[in-house]
Amino acid sequence: MRRVSKITAAVTTAAALALTATACGSGSSGNSNESSSAKDGEVKVGLVYDIGGRGDQSFNDAAYRGFDKALKEFDIAGEDKEPSDGESDADKEQRLTELARQGFNPVIGVGYAYAGPIEKVAKKFPDTSFAVIDDSSRKGENIANLVFSEEQGSYLVGVAAATLTKTDRVGFLGGVNTPLIQKFEAGFEQGVKDTNKDVKVTTQYISQPPDMKGFSSPADGKKVAAGMLDQGIDVIYPAAGASGGGAFEAIAAEGKMGIGVDSDQYQQKSLEKVKDVIITSMTKNVEGAVYEFIKSVVDGKPQTGVKTHDLSDDGVGYSKSNPAFAENAELIKKLEAVKKDIIDGKIEVKSTVS
Amino acid sequence: MKKIDKERLILAVAAPVLAVAFAMLLSSAILLASGRNPVEPYALMVDYAVVNPDVQVLIVNRTTTYYLAALAVAVGFRMNLFNIGVDGQYRLAAMLSAAVGTAVPLPGALRMVVIVVTAMLVGAAWAGIAGILKTTRGVSEVVSTIMLNAIATSLIAYLLQPSLLGKRLEGSNDLTTGELPESAWLPGIPTSAPGSEIYGFIVVAVLLGIGYWFLLNRTRFGFDLRAAGASESAAAASGVNGRRMVLTSILLSGALAGLTGMPLLLGEAHEYNLAFPAGVGFTGITIALLGRNNPVGMAVGALLLAFLKVTSQTLDSNGYVKEIAEIMEGLIVIAVVVAYETVRRWGLRRQQQRVGEELARTHQASQDKVKKEVPV
Repeated sequence: MRRVSKITAAVTTAAALALTATACGSGSSGNSNESSSAKDGEVKVGLVYDIGGRGDQSFNDAAYRGFDKALKEFDIAGEDKEPSDGESDADKEQRLTELARQGFNPVIGVGYAYAGPIEKVAKKFPDTSFAVIDDSSRKGENIANLVFSEEQGSYLVGVAAATLTKTDRVGFLGGVNTPLIQKFEAGFEQGVKDTNKDVKVTTQYISQPPDMKGFSSPADGKKVAAGMLDQGIDVIYPAAGASGGGAFEAIAAEGKMGIGVDSDQYQQKSLEKVKDVIITSMTKNVEGAVYEFIKSVVDGKPQTGVKTHDLSDDGVGYSKSNPAFAENAELIKKLEAVKKDIIDGKIEVKSTVS
Repeated sequence: MKKIDKERLILAVAAPVLAVAFAMLLSSAILLASGRNPVEPYALMVDYAVVNPDVQVLIVNRTTTYYLAALAVAVGFRMNLFNIGVDGQYRLAAMLSAAVGTAVPLPGALRMVVIVVTAMLVGAAWAGIAGILKTTRGVSEVVSTIMLNAIATSLIAYLLQPSLLGKRLEGSNDLTTGELPESAWLPGIPTSAPGSEIYGFIVVAVLLGIGYWFLLNRTRFGFDLRAAGASESAAAASGVNGRRMVLTSILLSGALAGLTGMPLLLGEAHEYNLAFPAGVGFTGITIALLGRNNPVGMAVGALLLAFLKVTSQTLDSNGYVKEIAEIMEGLIVIAVVVAYETVRRWGLRRQQQRVGEELARTHQASQDKVKKEVPV
């Protein structure tokens, strides 16, 4: 009988695991019905996501907004696709190849994981324009590398955090410990330290790759943020995708301060209840970058090469939608001065953690 | 056991077939309930695979990886061990063997051998921790292996830092172990689809499948393993060292888990990076259950799962959500368990019935022959 119960247990666990994998694999991947009605010669846009996909309240959603805006504005067709769990580069290549073969042009890969696959596929389809977001290591004649200086925007919110903290303790809450998120961390920490040496920065990540749940787990975000608040930290900067929502809940419960990321999270509908604690957001204009890229193709002059979006073109920045923050004229003046210094090269922001 | 029992064979095949059919039926019901065509997704998926040779190659390649993971799980299952840690063992092995592979200055073929051996050793060592904990402290391997998965994730993240084994290309946000030299790329089998090759490692996978069958069914070790898995006390009574069997099978399971990453590493990725697929070990569990630890059954199961995962891609482009395939996967797991358990109970009852009949007959016979003696 022991054997039976063990196998039953095994199976139950496997089923549970399979189901959780399903659950965290994809959140909400809406349907992509805007597709395939394009006539010949028209621009058809293909957009492919990395794990997480649409509905992550963050990076992927921002890309989608840019894509959606371009489709509506230029009245063109498009299709967006998500990856499957446990896939390798070959699957990404296949996805890109199929889009290119079906005449989609441009084809956009959201996330650095598409860099390698795009490099290979772009060679096979020299007449198709490709773009990859967050990578500038794999270049090509028909590839646009859309990258952002996240560290610059993070530096600015770091300055704000160091100015506003009353306990001289601030926290950086990273989603998944990848080099990309470390850019946010590095900029934030430098911004804090340059403003006030005595302010202590505590860094914590939710998960380690390839476990990407750190970007999609509000419960974990809440837990980690609560832990930080317990230590006396009163400003938290969560760079953690959808997990950030949980962090803001914890922050709101204690009446402390939080800093949004990627989008202007003060204005995000899903965060309506806790928006007052979101003093500002480090904005990363993925939406604009995607839109601009599609526009360049529609205009017949496709972007190629590395296109860095930073403070100078508002590719990154900080938001002033929270009135309590906007009223703090002294702080805004300081931030604007620092911003100018960064643009002018007087302040150099590091993009790697020391 | 020597004779092929027709009834047993039919039962063995019927259960998974029924389970898959049942899962499809339920998935169709879900589709229907959400107002969709209940059959079209399957047609789309099959069509996608039939029309595109490069998709077929993807499926075969994914099958290779899954099959190895399933073998790893199955070796444990046969010994009544549930190695949930295949995923962690596989990732750690892939990462460390890739790092060793880039570091050793050896000619191509030899470098490949070193990579493969390293992967097996790392996988076995990581699984061995759970084995030692079980044999010395009685820690359930279910708990320890699942925890070791999490530890493996952290360990990989730590080792993959640029200051240790990791490398980061200028302008890239990925971390890798660095690309293996081209001489250590295992050549693939060319196909009619241009640019698509079947992993050369598929040959090894097939050989391992045969080896698995031979080891378990044709050697003393295999017999001991199965015996100990079926009943530890009975096996101990016949002189099998239970602890040693536990340790050996978990080491074997770990070594096979280590090999799981090899098709991808040697045949395609040529480096370990952040995009290296996670979760393969869990798929392996599903397949081992579906294939009933049978080498052929698992091959079919691996093919089915690979088919589902790869072809579900096309659903997104056709107005369906590809998660249908994931729902189906989950349903298969549940259905398979229910089917096996039902079939097992039914078989057991039949067996008992037959034994009863047999006993009654001999009882009758012995009473007829020697009326004085009291029959057993």
